[in-house]
Amino acid sequence: MSTLTAAPEGAPVTDKLRLHGNKLPAFALPVIAVVSVGVSLLLYFATPMDSEIQILLLSLLLFAAGQTIASSLIEGGRRARDRFATTLLIGAFLLAMVPLVAVLVTVISKGAARFDYDFFTHSMRGVSARDHGGGAYAAIIGTLEQIALASLIAVPFGVLVSIYLVEYGRGRISRTISFFVDVLTGLPSIIAGLFIYAFYLIVLGAPQTGFAGSLALIILMIPTVVRSSEEMLKLVPNELREASFALGVERWRTILKVVIPTALPGIVTGVMLAIARVAGETAPLLLTIFGNDSINNDPFSGHQSALPLYIFTEAQKPQSWAVDRAWSAALTLIIIVMLLNLIARFIARRTKV
Amino acid sequence: MATRIDIQGLNVFYGKFKAVAGVNLAIEPKNVTAFIGPSGCGKSTVLRTLNRMHEVIPGASVEGKVLLDGEDLYGAGVDPVNVRRQVGMVFQRPNPFPTMSIYENVVAGLKLNGTRKKSLLDTRVEESLRGANLWEEVKDRLGRPGAGLSGGQQQRLCIARAIAVEPQVLLMDEPCSALDPISTLAIEDLIAKLKSSYTIVIVTHNMQQASRVSDATAFFSLEATGQPGKLIEYDKTTKIFTSPTEKRTEDYISGRFG
Repeated sequence: MSTLTAAPEGAPVTDKLRLHGNKLPAFALPVIAVVSVGVSLLLYFATPMDSEIQILLLSLLLFAAGQTIASSLIEGGRRARDRFATTLLIGAFLLAMVPLVAVLVTVISKGAARFDYDFFTHSMRGVSARDHGGGAYAAIIGTLEQIALASLIAVPFGVLVSIYLVEYGRGRISRTISFFVDVLTGLPSIIAGLFIYAFYLIVLGAPQTGFAGSLALIILMIPTVVRSSEEMLKLVPNELREASFALGVERWRTILKVVIPTALPGIVTGVMLAIARVAGETAPLLLTIFGNDSINNDPFSGHQSALPLYIFTEAQKPQSWAVDRAWSAALTLIIIVMLLNLIARFIARRTKV
Repeated sequence: MATRIDIQGLNVFYGKFKAVAGVNLAIEPKNVTAFIGPSGCGKSTVLRTLNRMHEVIPGASVEGKVLLDGEDLYGAGVDPVNVRRQVGMVFQRPNPFPTMSIYENVVAGLKLNGTRKKSLLDTRVEESLRGANLWEEVKDRLGRPGAGLSGGQQQRLCIARAIAVEPQVLLMDEPCSALDPISTLAIEDLIAKLKSSYTIVIVTHNMQQASRVSDATAFFSLEATGQPGKLIEYDKTTKIFTSPTEKRTEDYISGRFG
């Protein structure tokens, strides 16, 4: 065996193995960035470009191109491709953030005008076209009740279906269920509303109520809940099920005490997404709850209002104060969904320990 | 208390594929029996038939008899859940329940089967953890998650969990293959200790381990891939490792296999 020796000190670095590579100097990236923004601004003023978004896009493209060219000249192909891909990914992320931030900023700034005490304590009863007041109390109550009713039915139902599909389902029945869940996922929301209208209201002769709206929302919620909790249950490692079986625990108890707790945070997230999705649905509610200017706390009798429907009707009115009410309602809806999300996450974390 | 196992004419199938053919084996009570053999020879499959875990896999089926103290596990009306309460199992990869604390993991089998009495659970936790040589290491943090332990500790936690339901037989499917030598040693010491109260069957790829821990050894092999695995030789461990009857056994244990 050879003895271990340290490299002789002060020996010249010959780099016969070519371990070193050229690197772009530290100032290169800021310079390229400044140049690409400069060129974009120049083009913005010189040509008939008229949107600030175009400056952003152009700068991004020029930056990616400039960086890649500089890098390929100095650092070589592999590093250039790496830089190009990295810039592309970060660029895509920034672009994706643009609409999100824009929506939030717009809704908050425009919704702030009527985001006041009156808005949350008053309905639209007796509010004429000239009145600046009025509020969304009836709509908030309606939305909360309809979502609660819909979730109460759709979530257990959807989770049970997903448990069947993952834990019990074999062969043709489960494939058929899976297929129909997929079909339902792509169902346009107005169709769900029309179905309830045709079946529940016309054939069964039920009146338009908040509950009819909930039924339409249930149709939209179930496939989302089934799909997301199915994915989460599939992620639970089989070893855990086997460990539980090997302890002499029955299948149903294994599912209840081992599989579901393990998948719970994921299931809750999926349920929240489903709720968030239906909370903003307008189309299925148009035909089913009808809308109501007055406060109606009973989802099982009489017409009800709901936030999306409220936004829809207020935004159509020609008065600027009505449009303000619509924006405030939009902000309220976002906050409600966000609060539900936070609460659900908190609950999921508490139950996990 | 410990139980003997008689395997008679056992054929095991995955769908239509015959994975194991014609196994006859008598496992002595309060003994450690090792199953050795090349990958795919069906030793884990045979092990899993001993507590009816085999049928958890879709399409799997079994022919023949497995007698636990004379009672056929595959007889009509036998509830696999009850079988598994008598025949515990430890798996290759430590698999503590991630949502449960150390304490809850140990009593999982008891609690999920309906035992609620706190005093009984408390004593059983200490007994089982002491039995698994883990008590001293975890007694101050029983409330912490079981998944936070090291691999070797997790495996001993799984053994504690398995013995907490007081089975007659303990099956171990390569319990040390994911562990370092020190943890392996701890588990082997544990097996030697558990032998006094349980019938133990262990599958291992490690022949030194088989010779160290077991009293009897069964060598499984298969003719070729796609062929069913067979029991080649079964005898006292000292006999198998010093003067095996079959040439194939000798080839395998001396490393000349294949």
